[in-house]
Amino acid sequence: MPRISLRLNGKPASAEVESRTLLVDLLREHLGLTGTHVGCDTSQCGACVVHVDGRSVKSCTMFALEAEGREVTTIEGLAKGDELHPMQAAFHQNHGLQCGFCTPGMVMSAVDLVNRHPGASEAEIREWLEGNFCRCTGYHNIVKAVQSAAGGGRSSTTARR
Amino acid sequence: MASDGIGASVLRKEDRRFLTGAGTYTDDVKRPNQAHMHIVRSPHAHARIRSVEADAARRAPGVLLVLTGADLAAEKIGNIPTGWLIHSKDGKPMVEPPHPALVADRVRHVGDQVAIVVAETREQAREGAALLEVDYEDLPAVGTVSKAISAGAPLVWDQAKGNTCYDWHVGDAAAVQAAFKNAHKIVKLDFVNNRLVPNAIEPRAAIGEYDRATGDLTLTTTSQNPHLTRLLLAAFSMGVPESKLRVVAPDVGGGFGSKIFHYAEEFLVLWAARKLGRPVRWTAQRSESFMSDAHGRDHVGHAELALDKDGHFLGLHVAEVVNMGAYLSTFAPVIPTYLHGILYAGAYKTPAIYDEVRAVFTNTVPVDAVRGAGRPEATYVLERLADLAARELGVDRVEIRRRNFIDKFPYQTPVALQYDSGNYFATLDAALDKSRWSTFEERRAEARKRGKLRGIGISTYVEACGIAPSAVVGALGARAGLYESANVRVHPTGTVSVFTGTHSHGQGHETTFAQLVADRLGIGVDKVEIVHGDTSKIPFGMGTYGSRSLAVGGTAIVNAVDKIIAKGRKIAAHLLEAGEGDVEFRDGKYVVAGTDRSKSFGDVALTAYVPHKYPAGLEPGLEENAFYDPKNFTFPAGCHVCEVEIDPDTGVVEVVGFTVCDDVGTVINPMIVAGQVHGGVTQGIGQALLENCVYDPDSGQLLSGSFLSYTLPRASDVPSYDLSTRTTPCTHNPIGAKGVGEVGAIGAPPAVMNAVVDALAHLGVRHVEMPATPERVWRVIRDARKA
Repeated sequence: MPRISLRLNGKPASAEVESRTLLVDLLREHLGLTGTHVGCDTSQCGACVVHVDGRSVKSCTMFALEAEGREVTTIEGLAKGDELHPMQAAFHQNHGLQCGFCTPGMVMSAVDLVNRHPGASEAEIREWLEGNFCRCTGYHNIVKAVQSAAGGGRSSTTARR
Repeated sequence: MASDGIGASVLRKEDRRFLTGAGTYTDDVKRPNQAHMHIVRSPHAHARIRSVEADAARRAPGVLLVLTGADLAAEKIGNIPTGWLIHSKDGKPMVEPPHPALVADRVRHVGDQVAIVVAETREQAREGAALLEVDYEDLPAVGTVSKAISAGAPLVWDQAKGNTCYDWHVGDAAAVQAAFKNAHKIVKLDFVNNRLVPNAIEPRAAIGEYDRATGDLTLTTTSQNPHLTRLLLAAFSMGVPESKLRVVAPDVGGGFGSKIFHYAEEFLVLWAARKLGRPVRWTAQRSESFMSDAHGRDHVGHAELALDKDGHFLGLHVAEVVNMGAYLSTFAPVIPTYLHGILYAGAYKTPAIYDEVRAVFTNTVPVDAVRGAGRPEATYVLERLADLAARELGVDRVEIRRRNFIDKFPYQTPVALQYDSGNYFATLDAALDKSRWSTFEERRAEARKRGKLRGIGISTYVEACGIAPSAVVGALGARAGLYESANVRVHPTGTVSVFTGTHSHGQGHETTFAQLVADRLGIGVDKVEIVHGDTSKIPFGMGTYGSRSLAVGGTAIVNAVDKIIAKGRKIAAHLLEAGEGDVEFRDGKYVVAGTDRSKSFGDVALTAYVPHKYPAGLEPGLEENAFYDPKNFTFPAGCHVCEVEIDPDTGVVEVVGFTVCDDVGTVINPMIVAGQVHGGVTQGIGQALLENCVYDPDSGQLLSGSFLSYTLPRASDVPSYDLSTRTTPCTHNPIGAKGVGEVGAIGAPPAVMNAVVDALAHLGVRHVEMPATPERVWRVIRDARKA
């Protein structure tokens, strides 16, 4: 089996995987990072969103081997020690999560949105989040959280070390 | 009010683990030496199994075990039971067909379980399963309710003539007939309540473990109801006492009803684990969820409302056919009966009501509770009729509701329920005010200039939740009690662990229940830990569904806390050398009345565990249990107002405003209550505009089997909401809470549909079926313009 090496949440990581292994399975099954979730099999729900080289990616749409040598950030790599990333804090402050299952993908997607479009309007936020399903919150408080984090200044896209 | 007590929007204690990827959902639990189960499911809606050839699968790389329906039958393993027995009009019990965990002879829906393949890896299990050959003889199928009741329809079960499971009724047929005779006007409605797929974002999953040394079995599962699952496994299939069976429902990623029920996979992982002596795991793929999670709604019917000339409701008659699917899921029989027919009074003083419900089998996935469960279906019919009546009598839509509102409590409805409290005028007035109802025509005119058809719709609803009491539901056919348990353990340092039989899968019980306890004990929320979801820790429980957790589970907690306070008073009185009757408990202190002498709750807790100076004859320790069986349902109510804009060229309906005023009884945490309403309303908008589970009537194939063909509401499909509450406390529980989990899904669909019809009424449109998809609305507009 081929070996893949990448930088994961700021540290080197490596595993032997089948060539058909998806990035999300590398994270969850081989590297023990179960914060990234799988909610569908048609690449629509967005529970598996991570950052690859600073851009949000549905990790079920990418082979693990495609991440060779790249910088991958998951939800586990977002907080700085005990200090939540501003987007995580905004979700907490605004009750932007209920069951928590979509939350990691939602937060990772939202961080990328704010990085790319710091002044996004409510309509733009809602359009951006089309690829992230939430069945609990009705999106109301997620949108509020993203707006609040966006108002709080530009956030870092890469892992904090 | 303490800063973090009842009424405070305390930020959630559970958030941090979810926000940092540290939540533990079932699929996140990994076990050493675990094996993976794949389920071979029927691709046919209805077929006889001629043979199963498993040798090639058994020889496949990594395959450890293959089991079929024949193996299950050979071991004489019991069927998956249903929890309610409904009797038909003629007194006969419903037809209750067997529901095996693996089918040996005849599959009855696409997705029916035929065999399992267990292997070293998930991929090997899947590849082994591909080598399993099942020879099917295709049989004629029944994919819809309409097909099921058609003349000469194929039979799903030979013993169910006409595919009928039961033919139930509630109310007074003669009184309704008399009301119709005297009516000034009879308003009629043919309706369909569209079938929904619950689609919690976390797919169902289960892990079975077997300890060969002790014989202990452990099931980790995505359940809203772990004790019920344990009870059913112990009593019907695993053949072990409860003491040998632990069921853990860790973090659960949403339920919406679908995870209340006991499913075959929960038995199958345990069965395989016991045979292999290794942990066996299974996680559904989403396409598998679509064909194996219980679905919701799916009614077809006709309703008539009789009115006098002033618009007073005189009588209501509803006749409907409802879908059970191929088998009876855990709570399936009660959903369209005692959670539905008895809701037809709604907020109105209709003196005579009669509902007839014929439940039928079809070759589809079982249908059971989905958020609202029976109550949205009744509310939809009632609120569409109220609007139709207003239009056909020329009475204002709001006025006709006011004229018929129940205005005295308690109120005995003609369909069994007795409402204890409410103020329907208060929620109506607030919603009208906040939605700027009175100036709507200006917005309609402005939209018309932009080429858009704008409409406004209202619904006023009453919900019944916290289903109870046990003795009554038992007489109606429930095979379980509907009480709740709590164990409150005060530790020597004065911190508290609360063990509740309800389950939180997004509702925020770890925060709300902690507030409840902290408020009563006068301690900080951070001193209270809520534990749920593990049968080895919690005395017993009936789980979370039907918006029952706070009203029923919360009351059990309060009752246990009150026992703690009472025992603490004896200890404090002894320490203070005062009479027990002279000691008051307030703000976390036991105080000798009229003095400044006191002992803190923490001091008393420590004394209970270090009982050196202690009342004679009193047991040490500070821990209490309570079981609470409610006296009645609770009755949340409210008003939803929806504003839509329709593009007449495309048929696209945009929800441009949504205003809610609910009365959910006492609110512990307003932030969490609002979140529940946001989610419920969004599911209600989903049902009204987007979601539709479609089966081919003849082949029984599931046509909407993935997120590509089943439209879940996305962020861009819904607006931000305007919420408020008006409170009349529940009169029969000490909290005053009524329940909030389902109100959104109940009130929203008719508000949306009344707005859609309002936008199109000038074209002569009288009714639009759900979901009001662009295609459907475009066709309605085209047909109206032709006519």
